[in-house]
Order: sequence, then structure tokens, then C-alpha cells
Amino acid sequence: MPDVAIQSNPESSRIGVYVCHCGTNIAGTVDVRKLAAYAGQLPNVVVSREYKYMCSDPGQALIEQDIAEHKLNRVVVASCSPLLHEPTFRRTLGRAGLNPFLLQMVNIREHVSWVHLDKQAATQKTEDLVRAAVRRVSLHKPLEKRRVSINPSVLVVGGGIAGIHAALTLAEAGKQVYLVEREPTIGGHMAMFDKTFPTLDCAACILTPKMTAVGSHPNIELWTYSDVVKVDGYVGNYKVQVKHKPRYVNEELCIGCQECITACVYKEGKTPDEFNLGLSKRKPIYLPFPQAVPQIVVIDQDACIEFKSGKCKKTCIEACGERVAIDFQQKETFDEVEVGAIILATGFKTFSPDPNPHYGYGRYPNVYTSLEVERLINAAGPTGGEVVLRDGQHPKAVGIIHCIGSRDANTNRWCSKVCCMYSLKLAHLIKEHTGADIFNFYIDMRTPGKGYEEFYDRLLDEGVHFVRGRVAEVSDWAVHPSEEGKLVIRAEDTLAGFVRRVPVDMVVLAVGLEPQADAQEVRRLFNISCSTEGWFLERHPKLAPVSTFTEGIYIAGACQGPKDIPDSVAQAGAAAAEALSLIDAKFVELEPYTASVLEEECSGCKSCVPLCPYQAIAYVNETQKAHINEVLCKGCGTCVAACPSGSIRQNFFEDEEIFEEIEGVLTYA
Amino acid sequence: MPDKPKVAFYWCASCGGCEEAVVDLAEAILDVAAAVDIVFWPVATDFKRKDVEAMADRSIAATFLNGAIRTSEQEEMARLLRCKSQVLVATGSCSHLGGIPGLANLCTSEAILREVYFESPSTTNPERTLPEREHTHNDHAVELPAFCETVRSLDQVVDVDFYIPGCPPTPRTFRNALQTLLGGQLPPRGSVLAPDRALCDECPRKSSKPEKLTFAQFKRPTNTLIDEQQCLLAQGLVCMGPATRAGCEALCVQGNMPCTGCYGPTSRVRDQGAKILSCIASSIESKEATEIDQVLATIPDPVGTFYRYGLPKSLLRKRRIQEVPHSSLAGR
Amino acid sequence: MLSHPPASAATPHSTFEPRIVAFFCNWCTYLAADLAGTSRMKYAPNIRVVRLMCSGRVDPQFVLNAFAHGADGVFIGGCHPGDCHYQEGNYKALRRYQLLRRVLKEMGIEEERFRLEWISAAEADRVRAAVNDMVEKVRLLGPLNFAVSDQQTELLGAEVVV
Repeated sequence: MPDVAIQSNPESSRIGVYVCHCGTNIAGTVDVRKLAAYAGQLPNVVVSREYKYMCSDPGQALIEQDIAEHKLNRVVVASCSPLLHEPTFRRTLGRAGLNPFLLQMVNIREHVSWVHLDKQAATQKTEDLVRAAVRRVSLHKPLEKRRVSINPSVLVVGGGIAGIHAALTLAEAGKQVYLVEREPTIGGHMAMFDKTFPTLDCAACILTPKMTAVGSHPNIELWTYSDVVKVDGYVGNYKVQVKHKPRYVNEELCIGCQECITACVYKEGKTPDEFNLGLSKRKPIYLPFPQAVPQIVVIDQDACIEFKSGKCKKTCIEACGERVAIDFQQKETFDEVEVGAIILATGFKTFSPDPNPHYGYGRYPNVYTSLEVERLINAAGPTGGEVVLRDGQHPKAVGIIHCIGSRDANTNRWCSKVCCMYSLKLAHLIKEHTGADIFNFYIDMRTPGKGYEEFYDRLLDEGVHFVRGRVAEVSDWAVHPSEEGKLVIRAEDTLAGFVRRVPVDMVVLAVGLEPQADAQEVRRLFNISCSTEGWFLERHPKLAPVSTFTEGIYIAGACQGPKDIPDSVAQAGAAAAEALSLIDAKFVELEPYTASVLEEECSGCKSCVPLCPYQAIAYVNETQKAHINEVLCKGCGTCVAACPSGSIRQNFFEDEEIFEEIEGVLTYA
Repeated sequence: MPDKPKVAFYWCASCGGCEEAVVDLAEAILDVAAAVDIVFWPVATDFKRKDVEAMADRSIAATFLNGAIRTSEQEEMARLLRCKSQVLVATGSCSHLGGIPGLANLCTSEAILREVYFESPSTTNPERTLPEREHTHNDHAVELPAFCETVRSLDQVVDVDFYIPGCPPTPRTFRNALQTLLGGQLPPRGSVLAPDRALCDECPRKSSKPEKLTFAQFKRPTNTLIDEQQCLLAQGLVCMGPATRAGCEALCVQGNMPCTGCYGPTSRVRDQGAKILSCIASSIESKEATEIDQVLATIPDPVGTFYRYGLPKSLLRKRRIQEVPHSSLAGR
Repeated sequence: MLSHPPASAATPHSTFEPRIVAFFCNWCTYLAADLAGTSRMKYAPNIRVVRLMCSGRVDPQFVLNAFAHGADGVFIGGCHPGDCHYQEGNYKALRRYQLLRRVLKEMGIEEERFRLEWISAAEADRVRAAVNDMVEKVRLLGPLNFAVSDQQTELLGAEVVV
């Protein structure tokens, strides 16, 4: 193939141009025949065709045949976005014996036929773009993808149900897993639930065996109370720095007997208990919940007297006795690991209704969030499983308000997917615990999963009242004696056609799901994107829901978007499978868009050295010139643009190639 | 005995510095004079235009033409000499890139004439006389060349074979160029006869330039005391060195002044000003637009600084001046 | 005497179709433009996109070359500050943009013709809005007509009107 010759002599380039109809997606707006005819008369274009579906087998075969028959050495495909099918057509060229990078794609679908109404203007635009591609492609050089080996270990960030499932799946496949969780225990939100819908399985019963499996699996290095602080590297070769926060308890020595907690100088807890959402108090030395994994206590340095004054009797150390597990001198430590893939399963947070004055949260003591009520219901919770008001009485009537912080232009526009189901579950459980009258106020009843609609039917049979209407407000002012001392929920009953005032003792707000508060920070750390709402961005909403645009980094569970437990587990399995697929391929091929210094031409001005955030550029004293490490170069091209003597070249994005493209879109042939 | 090769020198819109550069060859000029037959050199010899017109096409072995093209006469002479020469060498920044006269592309010719003939503080011209193309006086007719709207480099008017860069080319550059041209092996047509690397390559202060240089402020020679050892960019001065061809032995830097870019860009660059802009802007410390602007405000005249010699050869070539109501300095 | 024909002479502004060259970074703006396509949003057809990996790859020479070859406007689209797929490329783009716009202004190219926008992968609507806005602003300004021919030589002398 006379490829090098073409670079210095464009006249020897033989180009095939292929215009795709994409059914009517492109052909409905762009005159594809006119485009193909136009392309056919451009310099160096030997063959120009249009076809219904270029990406199909026969479509690709057309290209392969032409390459052989017409001795093509460059190909232009005008079709959908290169982000979709560039790899497809590169493979086509490969099969036909041409270097895959001798292809230039033109986006005439997402950027033209789908966004413009004026057919003539659209067709003109495609002619300009194809002309530019034809000019550019003559300058393309054969390139080879870089092969790098893959480290078979995986980092899983987040120890909720998704992280746990992903970690176990990978560990069972024989891979080394590092599971990092920032709380002192794994379990996530699921550990806080009492029962799960629609089966009413006890959450702890189905979760704790998995938690224990994680804690004892030889292939899982469990790092709780830890954060990822730095991520370097690239797919197959990530270097991650993890910080371990000090528990002030030696993890190797503590056996979780909890004698220290009993012995603590605080006779009762004074600090709001995080696991019970502040509904109860804990001591400065504590275990987050009884089934915590690892079973290691934690000392809260903000609450502990020893840290405040240095003068505590330290009865905890005394109780610990010979094990000597408590260590007030403990410092934070760091670990650095090398992994090939990373799975983010950092979960969600619930919508905080504080700012909303309509529902009275924080104003009326008996307005609770759904998660708080979940803790009340739970036998291991702050009230021992008794659903009671703040004064200890059982409620006689309870209102559950759906869509708090969801489907709302004022807060979050999205539907949080799980709230209808958990509201039904709470209705059932509260009724079971208290026998109270339950009212669910909903906009729509969303029960799409397996057994979900049937669960709704069951609730209807149980005599729970359903009011279809958006709640306007919760207040405590009575207009009728029956409302005295109650919380009144005002809502329009849209099915009945009038406004209701429903007096209840307790209001439960079905709060929606939101991205974690530090989602932006986390995603920057891992160099992935977020959607506008703040959920981690998947590579494709339909076909690639667990991978991201950063190769080697996967997402699973609610951090990708609101979802229930079955979907979180499914995604965790999917992410683990994709990570396994990456690892077991043994090596990964990287795009060859790297930059290189022209040794002869470089003057050693050092202007490029500080520009690379990956430290890929170094000044070499022996040669007095700059040098780019191809393995570290990510191919952004920043140094190429900055080099004042034009002495750095970027594969596939050379200055001359881009100039041809610019001039091509502007000059009329 | 074979005839000595014929050689010509001509000057267009120039300052005369390139002519002096020839004289600066000092003793070497005697070798040149011995080796060639100078058939046209207005500053030093008495040959006239009609003598050139009388020559056969391609009878001059090499013509060294300096100065930009600004008048119709200069354009005519450039075309004439091209026709009569085998090799045409653009000598000096003005013919290579447009040179300092090229900065006039920031004004209209109308504005220049108005300023010079009517409005400058030292002009006394109550009759508002302007130069005319033709004038008859006492039955004698005289002609003046036309004043072109745009300053151009030589290759924007005729094909050029080689370039000797510099304002002016240093004696060493000139000597090397002459040796190359008079020797056996001619480099590819269109070559610039100077190294194709940036000036930092031969700068005596190279080792003092830090690897991680960033800018919080820029300085000018008028507002800072310049250290005689340290890299000038490192001192915050806008030194064009990284974007300018080497070959001059960094004489300006050795004279403790930053490079102003007279040797032009390397062959891999299409717009020298754009490249130095890209290079120094990239290394500004701040990430925030208003702060960046504050840093950049310390370069008061970016166009004049980055395109001091190369405006006509830059990608945009000249300022676009739109129709505005009459004002004394239209376009400024 | 002018070096470029005034916009009002040849075509009335309302029928002038600006030609805008756009440099979109692969990871954010190009993706957002793709998303605008899949969402079937509609916007002006005047834009021609050149795909680059990062806004940091935009060499000022590209911008000048586009204007010199007939572009009426140039648009650079990159990731939001802090979100660059390659960490800091967009900061370099920003710094060069701030200096380049001063140079362009000096050279008689109005500010509205050179635009830098930060558009993330999910912000399809911003692509639509920014393109439409720029096309309208440039339409009001008229054609740039920067391309200078080699033959252009106007003779002055007594013809100067002062």
C-alpha cells in the first residue's frame, strides 16, 4: 500500500465515498443521491455510492468489494455519529486489508438530518462536510492501536447492595477485589430497611449473609471507613490511593465484643445516631448497627471526652483488657493499589424535605420521612419496632404523601422509581404494626416490576385508603372539632372531584432519591461525567447502562439513577461481567491519538513541559529536547496546539489534516 | 574565460538595512565581488531600469530583493527582475514576511495619507496638496508610482526561490546563504536559508529557562530591569524566541533584549503570531476569565508585538476596516 | 476607499446565511450535539463541525485560518471548567481564547464572531440555543469577507477623498 507516498503526493490517493440513507433517518431530509453524485466528482474520489444501511453486512461488504476491485486506499463514510460506528467501519477496512485509520467518517445524521428542517440547506451542509472529509482523508496515515496489559484486580467503590454484589461476583471469579466504603460498615441503605417490597423479605435477613460473605472472602480486601483520594492511570492500569480514617481501634485486634461500649463513661448516648437518622442517641464509642461488617467498634473523635479534654477515665480501655484494641494515637493511613478496572457503586441520598414549608417537616414533630419511619418499624430501631408518635402514643391515622422531591419542577423533575412501592410497603407495615387508618396520597401509582402490581392489589384488599391528588399542604390548624390536635392533609381528590381535608396523627413523606451530595467531586476524581441531574453518566442509556465514557470505569446501582434493589443487583452483576470481560481479554487496545515530539525539529524551548496534566512530557537533558512518553499520553493535543515552532505532531489530528478539513468546509470545489 | 554569474540587488519598501547587511559582509564582500558580476544595484551602482529591461530573460543568475511591495513601481520591478533572473531571493524580513512596513496593514492608505499630508502636528500644508500620479510643470511631465492599498511580501506578488530571513539578516546568515547559493547543491525551492528550529535551540540563556514556566504578569523592556543572564521569558518579557527561526545567534538576546521575531516562523507554522500567542497564553497561571484578562492586559499591543514583522504574511494579512463616518483616524 | 466591500452593498442582511466553523471537543460538546440529534432538536444549519478530542487542541492558527478562508464566525465548544476529560485542556483553550479575541478585535473582527462555550455531554439544548444565537448575531453583522486575494491592488493618489 503506497500510504507514505500519498502523504507527500495526494494525487495518488484513491478514495471511496459511501453515503448512508439510514432508512429514512438521513434520506428523509438529505438528498443522498445528490450527495453521492457530488462526492463522486471530487478530486481523488474513485467511487461514490449511496446505500440504505451502510453499517449492515451488505453495506460493509460494498466497501470491502470496492477496496479490492477499485484498489481504494482511503474511505469516507457519511452516516451517523462516529461515536456510534467509527469502530464498525474501521473493522470493515481492517477486514479488507486496509489500515483501519485510513477512514474518515462524516456525521450527517445526528448533526444534520435529525436537526435541520430545510432539506436544501441540509444537503448543502452534507456536501461541505463530505468535501472536507475527502480532503482530510488523503492525509491520513496508517496507525496502530497501542496494546497495554491489564491488571486483573478491581476496585469497587461503595459497599451497599450493588457494591457488595459486584465484589462477590468478581471475587468468586478469582479476581482480587478492593472494596472501599466510607462508612464504618458496609450495607448501605438496604441495611436500614425493615422489609423489602414486594415479597416483604426482611432486608437484614437477605443482606447480612452477603455482608458476611464479603467480610470473609479471601479475594476481597475490605476497607471500611475509607475514601479514595487519588486516581491516576488509564484502563487496565489504574493507580488508586485510598485513605483510611482512624477508628482509634485496631482493626486486627478488635473482636467486636462491645464491652467497651457498655463500659463507656457516658451512661447513655448523647450523640444523634446516624443509622437511626437521629431518632435515637449513641455513645462516642459505637458499632453502627448490630450486624455491622466488619464487627469493629468506632470512636467518634468529636464526641469522645478523651479527645476534647484528654482527661477521660478511659473505662473502654479497661474493659477491652488484654486485647488492647483501643488506640487513641491512631493516625490516618494510606494505601496505594493498582487495579485494572473500577466499579462505582456509591448509591444515593434521600431528598431532604427541610426547605419545603408545605409539608411541615421540621415544624410539626410528627411529620417523618419514609426512611425515618422505616427505622421506627424495624425491630432493631430506636423504638424497638413500635410505630409511635413523638409522645410515645400509637397513631390512629397515618397519611403517606408520595412524590416528595420528585416529579416536581420546584425540586427534582424525575420520578424516583421506588417511592410508590415503598409507600405501599410502609402502608402495609404501619397498618400491621398499629392497626391505624392509612391514607396514601399519590399522583400516579407506579408499580412496573415483577409482582409489583399484585402488591398494590393486595394493599387495596387490606383496606388502605388511596387518594389520587397532589397534596397541597400539611397543617395543624383545625376548622372542625374532629381536626383538633391532628395534622390535616389537604389534597384535591381528582377522582372524586373535590378538595379533601384528611386529619391524621402522623404524616410520612415519601422522599425521592437524589445523587449523593459529593457526586460531582467523586466523578471528577474518577474522570467520568454526570448528567444534568447529577447522576453518573452511562455510556449509552439503552445499550451501555453500566459503562462510562472512561474506559475501565463502570457504574452500578442508584448512583447511575434511581432504582430498586433488583435493578441495582442486576447492574452490579452487569458491571462485574463487563469488568471481567475487560480483564480476561488480557490486554486492551488504546486509541493511537498520541502526540510525539519531532526530535530533529524540537528546539528545546520547554514550553510544552508544564502543559501536560499527566506528566507525559519531559525535558531530556542529554538531548536538550522535549520527549513525550507515549504510554502516558492521553491524546488531548493541548501541547500540539501550544508548540510555538510546530514541532509536536498528534496522530490522526495533525495540523495539516485539520487545516484541510477547515478549508474543505469553507471553499467551494 | 567563462562569464562570471550575473547578480542583482534591489530594494523596495525598505529601510536600507539589508543593503548595509551586504556591506557588513566586510572582507567577505571582496570574495563576492570577485566571484560575481553585479549588473544592477541602485544604492551602489549606476545601472538603470532600462538596462535591466534590455537583458535577456533569465540572464541574471540571482537577484537579491529586499523590502516589501507597497507601490506600483516596486511591483513592476519585482516582476521585471523575476523575469530576468534564474533565482530570485527574498532578502530580509520585509520581502520575506512584509516586515515592519507591514504594520501599515492596520490602517487604510487613505488614513496614512491624511495623517502625513494634512493632520500630523509637523505638517504645514494649507493648500491641502496630495501626491499626484502625474504632474506637468513647465512642459515637463513627471510620474509617481501608485500607492497600493495593501503591503505585501514578495511572494505575494511573484514566485520566490529562496528566502534569507532577518531584519536585517546577520552577517553569518548572509554568508551561509551566499555559500549555499553559490555552492553546488541548491536546497528545495521555497526554502528559508536558516535552520528550521526555533531560536531557543541556540540561545545562550537556554539552560536558565525553567521547565515549569507560568505567567502571572508580563513585562516590557521599558518597565523592568532586565537580568543579563536569565532567560527573558522567565523574566516575564515577551520573547518571540520559541516561535522564531534560529540562525541569528540570538544577537538581540546577547544584547539583553528579547527577540522580536524577525527571522519569521519555522516551516511547520502558518502564522507566527498565532503560535507565540498560543504558547504564552497556555502557560498563564489563572483559570478564571477576568483574572486571565488582567494578566493579558500587561501586553498592551498584542498585534504589534506578535506580528511586528509578519503581518502581511500572517493568515489574516490585514485589518478589516468597515465603512465608518469620516473621522481623522479611520480604522485606528 | 475600502479594503473590503461593506456588508450593506452586496446582499441585504436578512438573506445572508452566515458560515460558522465549529470546533467541538469529542467528550462534551460533540456528544451534546449528538444528543441534540437523537432528541430531534432543531437548529440553524449554518454550522460546520470539526471534531477534535479536546478544546485544548484548538490552535489559534485554526481559528485564523477559518476566518481567512471565508468563515463568518468561529465557535469553540468544550467541557465546563473542572470537567475536562483531559483535566486541564479547556483552561488552555480559555486562556488562548481571551488573548486571541483581542487580536481579532484589533484586526477588525467583531467579538460576536468568535465564541467559546462550555457545553457538557448532557446539555443538548445549549448546543441548539448557542448555535441559533450565534447565527442570528452574525447574520446581523453581515458577511465577514476576510479572504484577501493576491491580485488586490488599489491605486491611490489624487483619488483619495478627504
